[in-house]
Amino acid sequence: MPTAPVPTPTPDKEDAVTPSFRLPTAAGTPYLFLLPGLVILGALLSVPLYKVVEYSLYDNVIVERNPTFVGLDNYRDILGDPGYWSAGFNTIVFTVGSVIGHMIVGIGLALLVNADIHPRARTFFRSMLVLPWIFTAVVVALNWQLLLNPFGLLNYVLDWLGLITEPLDWLGNPDLAMWSLLVISTWRGYPFIMVSFLSGLQTVPKELYEAAEIDGAGFWHKFWHVTLPQLKPVIFGVALLDLIWTFQLFPLVWLTTGGGPGRATEVLSTLTFRLAFVDFEFARAATVAVSILIISAAFTVLYLRNEARRL
Amino acid sequence: MTDAAAPRHVVDEERQRRWRQAAIYAALALVTFVMVFPVLWMISVSLKPTTETFSLPPRLLPDDLHWGGYAKVLTDPKFRTFLLNSYLVGLAVTGLSLVIGTLAAFGFSRYRFFGDRVAKLFVITTQMVPTITLLIPYFGVIVFLGLYDTLWGLVLTYLTFSLPYAIIMMNGYLDTIPKDFDEAATIDGCTPLGVLVRVLLPVALPGIISTAVYTFLLAWNEFLFALALTRSMDMRTVPVGISMMVGEFGLKWDEMMAFSVIGSLPVLILFMLVQRFVVSGLAAGGVKG
Repeated sequence: MPTAPVPTPTPDKEDAVTPSFRLPTAAGTPYLFLLPGLVILGALLSVPLYKVVEYSLYDNVIVERNPTFVGLDNYRDILGDPGYWSAGFNTIVFTVGSVIGHMIVGIGLALLVNADIHPRARTFFRSMLVLPWIFTAVVVALNWQLLLNPFGLLNYVLDWLGLITEPLDWLGNPDLAMWSLLVISTWRGYPFIMVSFLSGLQTVPKELYEAAEIDGAGFWHKFWHVTLPQLKPVIFGVALLDLIWTFQLFPLVWLTTGGGPGRATEVLSTLTFRLAFVDFEFARAATVAVSILIISAAFTVLYLRNEARRL
Repeated sequence: MTDAAAPRHVVDEERQRRWRQAAIYAALALVTFVMVFPVLWMISVSLKPTTETFSLPPRLLPDDLHWGGYAKVLTDPKFRTFLLNSYLVGLAVTGLSLVIGTLAAFGFSRYRFFGDRVAKLFVITTQMVPTITLLIPYFGVIVFLGLYDTLWGLVLTYLTFSLPYAIIMMNGYLDTIPKDFDEAATIDGCTPLGVLVRVLLPVALPGIISTAVYTFLLAWNEFLFALALTRSMDMRTVPVGISMMVGEFGLKWDEMMAFSVIGSLPVLILFMLVQRFVVSGLAAGGVKG
């Protein structure tokens, strides 16, 4: 799923929605408004979630009319497969590396854009810096394949700076591919953090900064002792959201490296896709997909606990 | 510039502030150039013949602009089909998500009822379900429903991510509108639906527009479902179309980048237009009745 921006932070509800007035409620009115949305979402989620678990307990699903029930055999196979564990390890490296990259670049740029500059300039830089987020993954992948090509621009610049002696195959070398992927993923994903952090910054009361300034606090002091503590819930929330989404990310990895070279950048999502649509082993694909679901569910519970406090 | 009669420390402070601002502008300009560079390079490569794609030293603009890539892509009916499909799917998904999502958002924003918290948490949770986990069963279900290799299959499955998004966004925007509006309209004889359609929606227009643009962008950029749930060239969307050019044409970078530029333009333009609304939407939320 392409990462969506966090909607602009909901202003304090008490202020906007005065409790004094209630719309006239006939029996079931609110439910009627919610019905179409909840029915569609319910159907679009319950059916596949039930099905994916079912698939994982059978053999030869989808390709054969009468698949055989095999119980937990698929799980035993998958858990005994070193390919699964190496994809799992790559997924952790990719996810953690991406989230760290997004946070550092995103928060850094948000602070820079939020600095004391002309509002027009701020709007301009903000729009430009959001650009990496709005392109489709294929375009991102092609752009970076051009730049990271052995004959591409990055090698030219590094050579010119005297940092390398011979061209490097950034995406084709198994030792470099994951690092390159992390750079691409950081470029692609930082705007989400930047925009969220930027709108969070607007909610920090000015008085706190003024008080800190009177005490003679410099930029870093204010950042560590005012900004970060104030925005801790926001940071925690977006980092978790980013983690959940990056963990299951498919298009960017598939289109830049295809999981290669060899299996150097194979993650759980590309493994699932490969099992299903290259090897036509839908049952084993479903089994890996269930394992992805279980891990995301754990993080989702963590995220919801954080969100539920704000509802 | 600074008043000559001003005390010395004020002049110093002002000078210091200017230096700091200049440094910030310089840093921003540099970082922005680096971050936007891949996009500039894409445009550059689309305007060079393939023989010059990797020529050194690299040049941002060639002496003679090469429009061959664009000409090839714009005259080939195949690419028109990709664009048309993306528009159809994007518009259908956006329309459906906005209508259904706004109704649900109105319910969440204006009523307290049994199960409201659980329902809201459910909507948020749906955004977390891994797309790849849904894909395998969707493939089975979509084939079963006879929707495989149709645009309807895409519209239906895209709702899994566009609908929760539209609900959450619209709920946020509706929450910023004071309930005084509801009260006045109800006294004037509006039904709840009338309150939503006649009173709240016009006020929430900036919110609706930015929700629509983001929803369209999500649908336009989607790759995984579009790749797995369609098969024929007639049903492919822009992202899948571009990805297939790689295998098909080998290394025709000018054509691939030309179509990448053309395929990105709709969301790029929409996004630039909506920047204004996002800002004014934020401002409206800040002013609050």
